[in-house]
Amino acid sequence: MSDPMRIRLQSVAGVTTVKVLMSHEMESGQRRGEDGRIIPIWNIQDVSASWNGKVVMTAEWGGGISKNPFMQFAVKGTKPGDKISITWKDNRGDSRTDEVLVT
Amino acid sequence: MQLRFEEMMNTRRNALIKGTALSALLLESLMRAEDSFAYQQSAFDAKTVAELNKSLGLSVPLESSQISLLTPEIAENGAVVQVAATTTLANVRRWIFLVEKNPIPLVAIFNLTEDVLPSITARCKFAQTSDFIAYAQLADGRVYYNKKEVKVTLGGCGG
Amino acid sequence: MQSPVLRSNPPRPKRVALSWAVLIMIWISSLTTLQAQDTLAPNAKSLPAEGSSEKAIAEYRQMLQDENPADLYVLKGKALWDQARGPKQRALSNCDLGLGGGVFKGAWTQLPRYFEDTKSVQDLESRLLSCMQDIQGFNSGELVRSDFSNPERVNLSLLAAYVASESEGLPFKVPLSNAAELEMYRAGKKLFYYRAGTHDFSCSTCHSDDSRRIRLQDLPNLTTQAGAGFAYGSWPAYRLSTGSVWTMQQRLADCFRQQRFPKPIFASHATIALSVYMGVNANGAKAAAPGLKR
Repeated sequence: MSDPMRIRLQSVAGVTTVKVLMSHEMESGQRRGEDGRIIPIWNIQDVSASWNGKVVMTAEWGGGISKNPFMQFAVKGTKPGDKISITWKDNRGDSRTDEVLVT
Repeated sequence: MQLRFEEMMNTRRNALIKGTALSALLLESLMRAEDSFAYQQSAFDAKTVAELNKSLGLSVPLESSQISLLTPEIAENGAVVQVAATTTLANVRRWIFLVEKNPIPLVAIFNLTEDVLPSITARCKFAQTSDFIAYAQLADGRVYYNKKEVKVTLGGCGG
Repeated sequence: MQSPVLRSNPPRPKRVALSWAVLIMIWISSLTTLQAQDTLAPNAKSLPAEGSSEKAIAEYRQMLQDENPADLYVLKGKALWDQARGPKQRALSNCDLGLGGGVFKGAWTQLPRYFEDTKSVQDLESRLLSCMQDIQGFNSGELVRSDFSNPERVNLSLLAAYVASESEGLPFKVPLSNAAELEMYRAGKKLFYYRAGTHDFSCSTCHSDDSRRIRLQDLPNLTTQAGAGFAYGSWPAYRLSTGSVWTMQQRLADCFRQQRFPKPIFASHATIALSVYMGVNANGAKAAAPGLKR
């Protein structure tokens, strides 16, 4: 069960800045536990951003992205009522999609 | 004899054209969500920048002052460092974010369509004081980069 | 050539010895001063201009503050508040934080305070604990005896983050309206200055003056409104180093550890007394929680 992302939009003259805070452990696979063994990598691998259903950006992430990832990008040519949707998928097969409307 | 030479040149030119076409096609395929292209695990296993460049099939990137990086001069905690890259270069299709001295330098790859601005902000882990390097790959395959050092400090008592 | 000191008078052994002693003392003291400087500024040549590290750290924090991961935890806390949980399977909805059942706005900025139903002065965490026990049936004794990694203690931190966030921007109004609250303030102040442990530390060792720091980290002066307002008012906070939200109780427990004191009991009178002291000192300052810390 994944926790919701927080997506904040800021639109100026048809350009919408999208700020996404995701809830994820992002275990790097570099740390050792108290038993001395490597804590297995657990991270978001694939991210995609869609605008009114059309994919406008994708990303591949490694364990080097910080815990509770933050990402910011901007979509051109948006109008009020447009839908911005963000999806992430991690290496354990978990995924999450959240969406917001441009005001 | 001449024919063979011409044939040779054609072959070479064809190969060159095919090569560029192939890399452009590759980039195009990265854009289509229907192509569930495999996560580039080998790139995320590369332990050096040189290994990474090879794994992604990149030619040696050229430095460009048209890429601007916004990073803190000092990171109070290396676990979370906000980095941003933007550029005045045209037709950027891919950003590649690296933290040079991390055990795995590759942190993220962002694939952009024309609908987004060539500006990305993310938060990365810095294992130690290191350069943050951003590659901008254009639609024609050329790769440019810029870099900026982030100093990682030992903290105080935890705040 | 004879030195002026020795030339004018026939050199008498005592005076010569004294002059040399003075010279040597001056030389040694200059060495000591240099050493002190080295301790304070080991690589004087490569140090940035004074104040520029503070500026750089402030910039680093500023870049993260706008999108504070603590907000994700506040959302989780909010969901928990309305969820039927615990042995009694009830929601916390009507938990009285001092302003009446289920009233949040301005509740945290008036804590710690005396509660009639428990006959004691309680801070946010201890009040949430008694609500979790009374309304939901959780065993508060067990929770106190466990540690901060216990799942219900984690949930308590999430609830605390949510409640505190509802008072963001409001001024502190921690009451000193009765004997119990006054007694706790005095106890807190005494504890603040109480030196103990292997290193003879007290809270005041680090937190009773402006401009103190440990490496690049500023130490707030908890005896002033500005310092206490900033420090007390920014917990609960998201800690980058642990990737989790800590409450003031957790911060105090870690302070005790860093002073080489024994572990304090969770939600004990001693810890609440320290919060009363800080909270009252903070009165008038605006609450900023949830904060962001390294």
